[in-house]
Amino acid sequence: MSEHIIQINHLSKAFGSHIVLKDIDFHVDKGDVTCIIGASGSGKSTLLRCINLLETPTSGEILFHEKNILERGNDPTKYRAKVGMVFQSFNLFHNMSVLENCMIGMTKVLHKSKEEAEKTAMFYLEKVGMAPYINAKPRQLSGGQKQRVAIARALAMEPEVLLFDEPTSALDPQMVGEVLSIMRDLAKEGLIMMIVTHEMAFAKAVSNHVVFMADGVICEQGTPEQIFDHPQNTRTKEFLSKFER
Amino acid sequence: MLPQDFLGRVLFLLNEYGTSLIKGAGVTMIIAIVCTLLGCVIGFAVGIVQTIPLDRKNRPIHWFLLRLLQILLSAYVEIFRGTPMMVQAMFIYYGAAAIFGLNMSMWTAAIFIVSINTGAYMAESVRGGILSIDAGQTEGAKAIGMTHFQTMMYVILPQALRNIMPQIGNNLIINIKDTCVLSVIGTVELYYTTRGIAGTYYTYFEAFAITMVIYFILTFTCSRILRVMENKMDGPVNYELVMQDPLVAGTGTYKFNEKKHSQFNDQNMDTREGGR
Repeated sequence: MSEHIIQINHLSKAFGSHIVLKDIDFHVDKGDVTCIIGASGSGKSTLLRCINLLETPTSGEILFHEKNILERGNDPTKYRAKVGMVFQSFNLFHNMSVLENCMIGMTKVLHKSKEEAEKTAMFYLEKVGMAPYINAKPRQLSGGQKQRVAIARALAMEPEVLLFDEPTSALDPQMVGEVLSIMRDLAKEGLIMMIVTHEMAFAKAVSNHVVFMADGVICEQGTPEQIFDHPQNTRTKEFLSKFER
Repeated sequence: MLPQDFLGRVLFLLNEYGTSLIKGAGVTMIIAIVCTLLGCVIGFAVGIVQTIPLDRKNRPIHWFLLRLLQILLSAYVEIFRGTPMMVQAMFIYYGAAAIFGLNMSMWTAAIFIVSINTGAYMAESVRGGILSIDAGQTEGAKAIGMTHFQTMMYVILPQALRNIMPQIGNNLIINIKDTCVLSVIGTVELYYTTRGIAGTYYTYFEAFAITMVIYFILTFTCSRILRVMENKMDGPVNYELVMQDPLVAGTGTYKFNEKKHSQFNDQNMDTREGGR
């Protein structure tokens, strides 16, 4: 069997005495699109933030290419450059234009030349349909456009894995479509993605692996057919039945 | 000889001592501007150090050294904010002479004292400015692999600087006025000059009336200039965007007027980003 890109073993996270994640185990392989679903407060976002080391797990390991990134002496910045993240609240840099937002990581972190960075940034901005806006500041854009720029910014780093933390939750229904269509294209191209989402139809259509979480544990995981069409766990059934109504 | 009426005396003093008043005002302005800038540099340095996050468990030695430095810097801020600048001036000027045998020149002493005083105030403003930036900005920067230093330099500080511009302006204006306490160590600035002039003919009211006006002109001009600079930093109010968005139906070219669309703006962009 080939190596897993990301493997998570017995991951736990507690904020003080409040336990958010309990003994999480799962892995991501090449070409995987993993959707993490579950009710609010079930620990989905925290799991994703742990994977990107925005939160430090209390215990357990996260293996990236079979190397534990939680070990001491590992530089989290190098790892983060390979594992990108798209946030619910976009987190574009307000003091930079759209193009600068996409270039800063390449010039400062990857030490690419300005010309090269601009070329790459333009390529990805073109891809998300934001090329006409390169000189706009984030505050001039709509939510959907901001999220597309954020996706371009993450893609420009050419990451191996891209994490999406509820990328459409802050958008109105019209804008959700434009963001999801880009993500669908990325999935087709074989980018490894982990997506925390409440868009069940999207999760079913795009992913090849679905993880259902409740109260900080993984209740059930499997292919979209297994989870959406034949859920075994009662909590999964209960959760999904709310979406059918 | 000396005229009897108020206006006559004012004109007489202006005629006689105009140059020395302008010179005094010049000294006041140079000290105020140089010290505000130096104070900003000190304030930024202190503010940045005070906001470095460090992991106690993983790097205990770094943590200890940083904590020590942070405590020293807090002590500096508290002491210089908590004592009058006039007392500090006396303490440092005569203290340096008594302890180190150091005879500071008027300029060195003045600039040193006002700078570190401003630095103490600016440190807190900078810290506040850094804390006022949404945590999402830091996370966004971290997510593309930036180090803490890079995040600060390229993302946080440029935004914090804009937010604390009013504070910098405030400090400049305070400094213009407060340099007058340097007269206790013999700095010949506007207040010192005026006192000398007033004493010569016993024309206190007239001399200080002139000085009141000069101080006000200085501070008012500065506050206006700073306001213009702030507006410049904010960029133009109107934008022309090419709105041809292949993924959104019904777009064309239109002029974006921020004032007119402010309601739309607030709803769509600002409140959204806050909630997470």
